Amino acid sequence: IFKHEVFDNQPFVIPLSLYFPRESLKPHSRTESSSKAAFLDHCETLWMRSAAAWRDAGLTGLLNEIANSSAEVPKWLSVSSGCVLALLQRISSFHGSLFPHLTLSSEDMIAEFSQVLKWSDCAVRAFAWHPHTDKFAVALLDDSIKIYNPKSATAPTLKHRLQRSVAAVQWKPLCASALAVACQNCLLVWHVDPCSLSTRPSSGCAQVLSHPGHSPVTSIAWSPSGSFLVSASPMDTNMMVWDVAAESCVPLQRVGGGGVTFLSWSPDGSHVLASTPAALFRVWETRMWTCERWPCLKGRCQSGCWSPDGSRLLFTVQGETVIYALTFTDTPGIPSNTKGPKAAAVVADLSETTFNTPGGDIVVGGEIQSLAWDPRGERLAVLLKGQEHFSLDRPAMIAVFKTRTSPIFELLPCGFVQGEPGTEPRLMQFHPNFQHGALLTVCWSNGRITHVPFYFLSAGMARHGLGGSPPQPRPEERPADYINQTLYTELTT
Amino acid sequence: MFSVEQSCWFIRKVICWRAAASVAWAVLLLPPSIAVFVIISRVSLLHPIQWISECVSLLTSATAIFSFILLCGVVLIVGFLNLEYYTVIPSIACSKIALLGQLLHPRQFVSSLVHCILGVIVAWCCAVTIGGRYQTLGYPCTQADGSPQLCLNEYQVILLLAGAFVGYCHSVLGVIHNMNYVSFHTVQQYKYLRFKGSLPLVVKCSAIQALYSVRNYLVVYFFLGYVPRTWICKTLNLQLNSSLHPLDTIAGLLDFSLLYHLWISGTFLLFTWYITLLLFRIFVTEVYSFPVQSSFTEDVHQCLPKVLTGQQPAILKFLALHDLALLSQHSPSRRSEVFSLSQPGGHPHNWNAISQECLSLLADLTQRLVAHHDTVATNGRAKSLSTGSDKKSLSSESSVTSGTEDVMTPRPSVLIKTPASVFLRSSVGSPLTVPFTPDLDSPFSSPALRRLAGPVEQCSPWHGTVQSPHIMRRGPKLWSTSTDSQANSLPSSPAPVPSPTPAASKPSLLAQFLQNRKEQVKNFLAKRVLIMYLLNKLPEASSQALFADTQSHIWALEGLSYLVKASFSEDQFGVVQTTLPSILSSMLVLQEAVDRHFKLPHASSKPVRSTSSMEDSSYKTLRFALRATLKTAIYRITTTFGEHLNAVQMSAEHQKRLQQFLEYKE
Repeated sequence: IFKHEVFDNQPFVIPLSLYFPRESLKPHSRTESSSKAAFLDHCETLWMRSAAAWRDAGLTGLLNEIANSSAEVPKWLSVSSGCVLALLQRISSFHGSLFPHLTLSSEDMIAEFSQVLKWSDCAVRAFAWHPHTDKFAVALLDDSIKIYNPKSATAPTLKHRLQRSVAAVQWKPLCASALAVACQNCLLVWHVDPCSLSTRPSSGCAQVLSHPGHSPVTSIAWSPSGSFLVSASPMDTNMMVWDVAAESCVPLQRVGGGGVTFLSWSPDGSHVLASTPAALFRVWETRMWTCERWPCLKGRCQSGCWSPDGSRLLFTVQGETVIYALTFTDTPGIPSNTKGPKAAAVVADLSETTFNTPGGDIVVGGEIQSLAWDPRGERLAVLLKGQEHFSLDRPAMIAVFKTRTSPIFELLPCGFVQGEPGTEPRLMQFHPNFQHGALLTVCWSNGRITHVPFYFLSAGMARHGLGGSPPQPRPEERPADYINQTLYTELTT
Repeated sequence: MFSVEQSCWFIRKVICWRAAASVAWAVLLLPPSIAVFVIISRVSLLHPIQWISECVSLLTSATAIFSFILLCGVVLIVGFLNLEYYTVIPSIACSKIALLGQLLHPRQFVSSLVHCILGVIVAWCCAVTIGGRYQTLGYPCTQADGSPQLCLNEYQVILLLAGAFVGYCHSVLGVIHNMNYVSFHTVQQYKYLRFKGSLPLVVKCSAIQALYSVRNYLVVYFFLGYVPRTWICKTLNLQLNSSLHPLDTIAGLLDFSLLYHLWISGTFLLFTWYITLLLFRIFVTEVYSFPVQSSFTEDVHQCLPKVLTGQQPAILKFLALHDLALLSQHSPSRRSEVFSLSQPGGHPHNWNAISQECLSLLADLTQRLVAHHDTVATNGRAKSLSTGSDKKSLSSESSVTSGTEDVMTPRPSVLIKTPASVFLRSSVGSPLTVPFTPDLDSPFSSPALRRLAGPVEQCSPWHGTVQSPHIMRRGPKLWSTSTDSQANSLPSSPAPVPSPTPAASKPSLLAQFLQNRKEQVKNFLAKRVLIMYLLNKLPEASSQALFADTQSHIWALEGLSYLVKASFSEDQFGVVQTTLPSILSSMLVLQEAVDRHFKLPHASSKPVRSTSSMEDSSYKTLRFALRATLKTAIYRITTTFGEHLNAVQMSAEHQKRLQQFLEYKE
């Protein structure tokens, strides 16, 4: 039960805003652990229990079972299995001390590495625009995915047994129907027929892609040509390149880093950014799949985005308040020996600043959660983490910059996007083909999804303009007051 | 003649060198693997220093060097067999009996024999390297009466025979799993990285495979071990030591050290062979960059347009198409050569040759799919109509459509048949096989005949103006009847006699009689469980076989779509525009045919999960890859051109179809 708000007093249709109240969504509860208590304890033979432990938890489970049932097994067996278990724990704790993220549970791990701010209590956990049309997919707290299409009355809901803890969703480019979903234990690729009237596509419509050791999946990226899907898991040093149609994968392994957390494919298809949990990220070129290593000094690479022509990469590092840029000048397709840039340049400093406004002082700045660059390369949205535990309360906020890539790279402050009082932005994405400028979709902490339009003429188009007035009004960004406009009509479904 | 020269050029100059390089690397990798084998085989954790020193002294001894030379020879022969037997189009057996036919093929028999011998050689090397009780075949012993004699060392015999058995299993499993199939990877990687990535898999597979083979071998040896033992004793005049108990008993085989050594030796054997195979696959499938055009006339036959259109070995064609797909995607400079005009005359020869070849490939596949669908449809309906009358109507039709027919395979090739397929055909119409189609025995399943003769003539219906698959139906029917009539004459003779028969030419009482006989034989055979088991179609197989060479179509689609996409901004002379309607319509027709194929009852809609093993099962999923690539290719063109496509001259049906793509509703 949520509200559709249709913005209908404009010369074009802005996609509907949605509201998912946190209370209406029941988070997924673990049936296995919760239902166990409801049944009486049943005495099984040691063999049965061992087999079950082996099936459920592998070698450690088996050893645990044997070590715990010392009454039934010979003493040497229980003692030796206890020793092996202790040894294994030592090794894993040593491994964990090298890579601290390995000790996290998979839910915590997704929350830690996701691009979504405070992923665990988000009503909307992932959002994806279709690259060519006006439809989008929303992954919700209750592990379902809803697909909204302005041209169709049905909003299909996708549910699958394996669809748990969705960390990311992405539509396949050059395809109308395929939606990749990064789940806790696997990848799902849904094929949702755009002409179908069904509201609950069966789980037979989903392809399950899994590889041992490759879970939880925290990030996915389709190649812009639609031929490959790459997936990353912080637990796995392999980055998987999937041929989805054949359900086969090629693991690309590089030691160092202890896993892969975030992936971003450049829009021209030539490079992939892959960050690791350690202070290191890699940039793969996609022709022969070789990579450049980029060690960072301070922390891991938290987020990154590519310019539309794929020549410039902006990224942020955890623990720092600046945006770095890397430029790749080599033409795609010609494998050159000259490595791209030698060092990253700082292009913006977002450290804490105080603004004096009539309503009081506002403090903004700080660490960056994620970056988004609009498909024309003219607006850059930066989601700032905010901070609560200091006396100065600093809410999470989206800062918007105007950018220009030619002749030289420029980044100018443009404005802020703020929500209703008490809400903070959690997730944002630009519409891939908005005709009149850029359209930023923001998911808020109260479960609302809104669209913030930026009207402008591209620099390229303005040059060709013949001096006449622009066809569209050019208001400056007025993001904060979108909610109070009377232009919305409300529909309830 | 020209084509023969050309293939010689490529095989001689490229493939042979690649195979040689792969064997050289396999030989270079032998010393480390021997060292690892020695260390593992002599493992003794209680005396580590003695263990290491023994290993070092053994590795530097003369026997080690001699066995290294022997193993080099083995690797050379295995590499040669790989080169001789490899294929880029897998041969898929559609029934158990076809598989049996493949296994009993003389060529396969030679391969199995060679593998057995090589297995014995490798096992002997292992025996010598492990040393101890495996070292020699005979040893001096004293018989009960006290006289010194030479006795048989059964430990070495069991190891040597294990080598032979594992070698034989390797060769047989190679046929069953299409181990000689060489697939091209969609993800390009450098050779070293690819090798490094596959190495753990090779180790795992060889260990597992060796475990299974040794298990089976032990069962065989337990029951039949006395046969080779007594034979060796007789021929070499050796005695059996009666004081030791023989090994083909439970107690004899439950010797853990023996089992361990058997398993380790089997793993080593399979590992060296798999490494050779892996290196061969990696080297052979490496991208070869063909020049698009050359300024020297003597090099023209090596240029991409000529290589694509010529009659040549499949590997050359595949590599050329692969190169086309890559150049269209990645290299603007080579694309501009494709779009360029010839210097005197100003004709887009390069583009014409490339696009025509790709289109003819697509048309070929479409036609195959339509024929398959047709056969399924007729099988589903009453097939009791005598083929004679069917034939009459078709023969009249064939005279009408003789123009169309020319495009298809050359006539005589229709009569070339494999023994298995003749056999297969005789089962058509029996109740159990109805849902499965006998598509494979149609002539276009043979890889040699797959491609159309040369570039498509302008008059052919597949060029440009194909409206819908309905037109194409007539052609394939001709074939199915001709194969049918051929099988008619051979119903009662299971012997594989691939000969044309007179019966095919006169549809008369004789044909009727033969038809009846055929039905009788079929009914007779249908009652025998074993025969039905052998003749039953394997599920999936017909679909797999239909798409066996589809990698080439995938590349053709990718190449065409990327070139068309690039032409939007790069094609200065508009050469692509002239072919755009035919490209779009052939893609749409293929799309329709593929959609129909996936709606067939026994075509599974999802790829089966492949298990990780050395067999390359990518051919099993080619049809899914084709379906996805086809859709992406059409979308690539429609997204690039957008509304401009409304100006392209096409039939109303196709316009409608394209509109669906433009609105992202497919």
